[in-house]
Amino acid sequence: MGGNLLANYGEAVAMILFGIGFSNLLLQKNLIKKIIGLNIMDTATYLFLAEKGYIAGRAAPIVVDNVTSVEAYINPVPSGLVLTGIVVSVSVTALMLSLTIRLYRRYHTLDMDEISTMLKKEDQ
Amino acid sequence: MSRLLSEQEYRKTKAFKVKRWYRGDKDPYIGRVELRPQKPFEEDVNTQKKRIHDEAILQRNIYDIEHNRKLMMFSKFYKVISVLFVFTLIGILLYMVSYLPPVGNAANPDNNEVATKYIEDAMKDTGAVNIVTGMILDYRAFDTLGESNVLFIATCTVLILLRVDSRSKKKEEEENDRLYEPKNDIILQKVAFFLVPMIIIFGIYVILNGHLSPGGGFSGGAIIGSGLILYVNAFGFQKIERFFTQRTYKWICFVALLFYCLAKTYSFYCGAHHLETGIPLGTPGDILSSGLILPLNICVGMVVACTMYAFYAMFRKGGF
Repeated sequence: MGGNLLANYGEAVAMILFGIGFSNLLLQKNLIKKIIGLNIMDTATYLFLAEKGYIAGRAAPIVVDNVTSVEAYINPVPSGLVLTGIVVSVSVTALMLSLTIRLYRRYHTLDMDEISTMLKKEDQ
Repeated sequence: MSRLLSEQEYRKTKAFKVKRWYRGDKDPYIGRVELRPQKPFEEDVNTQKKRIHDEAILQRNIYDIEHNRKLMMFSKFYKVISVLFVFTLIGILLYMVSYLPPVGNAANPDNNEVATKYIEDAMKDTGAVNIVTGMILDYRAFDTLGESNVLFIATCTVLILLRVDSRSKKKEEEENDRLYEPKNDIILQKVAFFLVPMIIIFGIYVILNGHLSPGGGFSGGAIIGSGLILYVNAFGFQKIERFFTQRTYKWICFVALLFYCLAKTYSFYCGAHHLETGIPLGTPGDILSSGLILPLNICVGMVVACTMYAFYAMFRKGGF
């Protein structure tokens, strides 16, 4: 065990959130709750990236008074990555929700097990 | 030097075979592959009886979820295993986190020369005060074009999945649309009357100041989209269709994405060299500065605002 767990408490919280989202994905039967779990995992990733870019005592990367030295600002690269991630997660969530609506219109249930049972029965 | 082939020699070449195959004179598989028609499916009475019996057992014992003991065992087992798996995963990740360099330390390996280059040169190169905006809309503008296209394609796919086709069903859907909520809620309408213009103006402010302050096309567009959604909730689809229909959506997205493509895909054709756009960068800190970043921000903002509203409208009544 390394010694940085307490110093990295933000990243630790991100990992725990990731685990919570993943357990939602595994244990929930409701499709909407599964999608919520996936979104929690997304959020954990953003938190992790934001923690990686942070540098103590420095300002957000917006130039003030023409100061462009490295010592003044935090790392701007993870912020850009988080922006990309948010956009993609919005699109993926919308796609999954619309697929869920289609499934609900066809089978009149959101329960994963019931849907797969009906699918098996249809196959025969 | 080319020489004339005789007819006999020409018939042996591959070119002749390809030409013959292309014209359809000869099927190359005839004579090579043995073709035999499939036997018709025959079943004697006993196997048929057995099959029907088996299927009945299958229906009764396996797909009967409430009384299937094995399935119940499996679901309990599955729950225990998945909880254990998740705890192991969290444990491994926390173990990994404990070895990561401490957060907030300037000497961490991720604060390398890339970040240094962006911080030191972004304002000089792009004219944008906000370094993140300068990064994503100038240095990496091509990636952002991909992102806007991801949003557009997601809308298209949702439209394909949720579109209501026949006209009668559409009418029915529109009638059922406000079945479970009060029509013309006076409180919501009064609140929206004051709030919607402010939300939209704030969104426009965030978009226009994308290169000066936190925010930009994506966040401003999301704000404008939420304003439109509030408007729909308060006043209904008939009011919003006076100024925002599917045609408007189509044209706004088309024009914005086309402008973005034309402004930023030149690097495709000139080998990603650093090409001068000829647009002056202006004084950093002014609204009209930083070259193409402001128009690109407006394009992205319009695409995002339309996309947010389109998602809502399609989830609610399958088209707009």
